[in-house]
Amino acid sequence: MIRIDKNRCDLCGVCISVCPVDCIEMTETELSIDEIVCIDCDACVKICPFAALSTVSKE
Amino acid sequence: MRQHYDIVVVGAGPAGSTAARFAANLGASVALLERDREIGVPVRCAEGVSDSELRKYVDIDPRWIATTITDFGFFSPSGKMVQLLSQANGYILHRRLFDHSLAEIASEQGAEVFTKAYVYNLKRTNNKTTLYLKYIGREREIEADIVIAADGIESRIARFAGIKTKLAMKDIEQCAQMMLANIDVNPNRGDFYLSHNWAPGGYVWVFPKGNNIANVGLGVNGKYAGERSPLEYLESFVSEKFPTATRLTTTAGGVPVTTHLSELVTDGLMVVGDAARQVNPLTGGGISSAMAAGKKAGLVAADAIKKGDTSVKQLKRYQAEWNKTIGKDYKRFHRIKAWTLTLTDDDYEEIADALQGLSPDEVTLTKIFKAAVKNKPSLIIDVMKVFAGF
Ligand SMILES: Cc1cc2nc3c(=O)[nH]c(=O)nc-3n(C[C@H](O)[C@H](O)[C@H](O)COP(=O)(O)OP(=O)(O)OC[C@H]3O[C@@H](n4cnc5c(N)ncnc54)[C@H](O)[C@@H]3O)c2cc1C
Ligand code: SF4
Ligand code: SF4
Repeated sequence: MIRIDKNRCDLCGVCISVCPVDCIEMTETELSIDEIVCIDCDACVKICPFAALSTVSKE
Repeated sequence: MRQHYDIVVVGAGPAGSTAARFAANLGASVALLERDREIGVPVRCAEGVSDSELRKYVDIDPRWIATTITDFGFFSPSGKMVQLLSQANGYILHRRLFDHSLAEIASEQGAEVFTKAYVYNLKRTNNKTTLYLKYIGREREIEADIVIAADGIESRIARFAGIKTKLAMKDIEQCAQMMLANIDVNPNRGDFYLSHNWAPGGYVWVFPKGNNIANVGLGVNGKYAGERSPLEYLESFVSEKFPTATRLTTTAGGVPVTTHLSELVTDGLMVVGDAARQVNPLTGGGISSAMAAGKKAGLVAADAIKKGDTSVKQLKRYQAEWNKTIGKDYKRFHRIKAWTLTLTDDDYEEIADALQGLSPDEVTLTKIFKAAVKNKPSLIIDVMKVFAGF
């Protein structure tokens, strides 16, 4: 599961461009990830210029 | 906002506003939709553009110009500078004002502009596309004969229509930038710092904006992603070079550095600008190419409306036009980019050493050529030329 640090995220959209399953959505004010569709590939975590995303293990 | 437009443009950056302007000028009904509350904000851009490119697409308004660039400084990893006269007059823009104006110009041609208009899906039936949007937080559906996807790096609009837009890691420069105040920089020189330690697979830029202000940012190639974030690299650079600067802004961003999408059009949809990956892959400059693409697409779209044929076959004229012009140059730059990624800090140092002590007007491309004997000389020349023209 990917955790979004919303205070760190700058809403730049770069993570969306690398997501293989297009499960990241960004409105004017908020980034969200559809956990059901996400395949935990980590591409978004790596590409984020502000390191606002992190992987957390599913409980 | 009406129920139906001939053409709906999604995204009001340089690509979208230019597409809307040229399509509306030919008489099509056009809506230009922007997700954010304000066009052009936040600025995720170093704002450099060449005069000759910009004036191809728009009459330049002096209010947009922060500074004129006459020189470029290239800094080696150890800090040696090679100065080069600009090959073409360059500007550092105020993108906020510039983007505002481009949307305004589109509206003067008849395009209707909406902000806080976020498109979250598309559906194509019977030669029409329904766009699903949230307009100031309320659900809306509008219909278009042609959609122009100008939604920047995310490029989801084209994805909704089945075009593959996902980027590979190595095809992105992940960026961080600060606008710094109270710093002492040459007001007419754009600086580039090349070093694996400052920005692996990319470079640091210091672009002056006048009044002791500059855009200071960097791009790290995605193949190095996950090691240190661009923000961390930038913190290091700024703390070392401009420790007392005032940080007016801190922003993230990304630049596609690949060749353009293999599919720029499908039935009833065209992709332009960053969304289509139409960026100079060597420098990361995309303002003027976004406008070039917007113009070509806008004209082809309006013509398709007149003819009553919005099929991929009709819209392909835009793709053909792109392929044989800027698209062709950028394919070459993309090959050069791949090669620059193999250069080491030692290579940069060696080239800088060979050019030390020369005044800028003596730094001719022939001298760079000689300095670069060990590397691939012809390529070094190409690289410098491209940068010196933005
Ligand atoms: C850090 C950095 C520095 C750069 N420096 C330079 C430079 O010095 N010179 C240069 O030429 N280029 C530079 N570039 C590149 C340049 O900024 C882009 O190429 C240019 O802005 C592309 O224009 P565009 O219209 O295609 O996209 P954008 O300017 O990104 O505009 C896209 C718009 O679409 C909107 N949008 C996205 N999704 C939706 C949706 N679903 N619904 C509605 N609206 C949506 C976005 O909010 C945005 O306003 C830089 C880029 C970065 C990141
Ligand atoms: S890449 Fe990072 S900063 Fe940019 S939108 Fe995604 S999470 Fe936010
Ligand atoms: S981890 Fe992979 S699949 Fe999940 S949101 Fe990030 S990029 Fe998409």
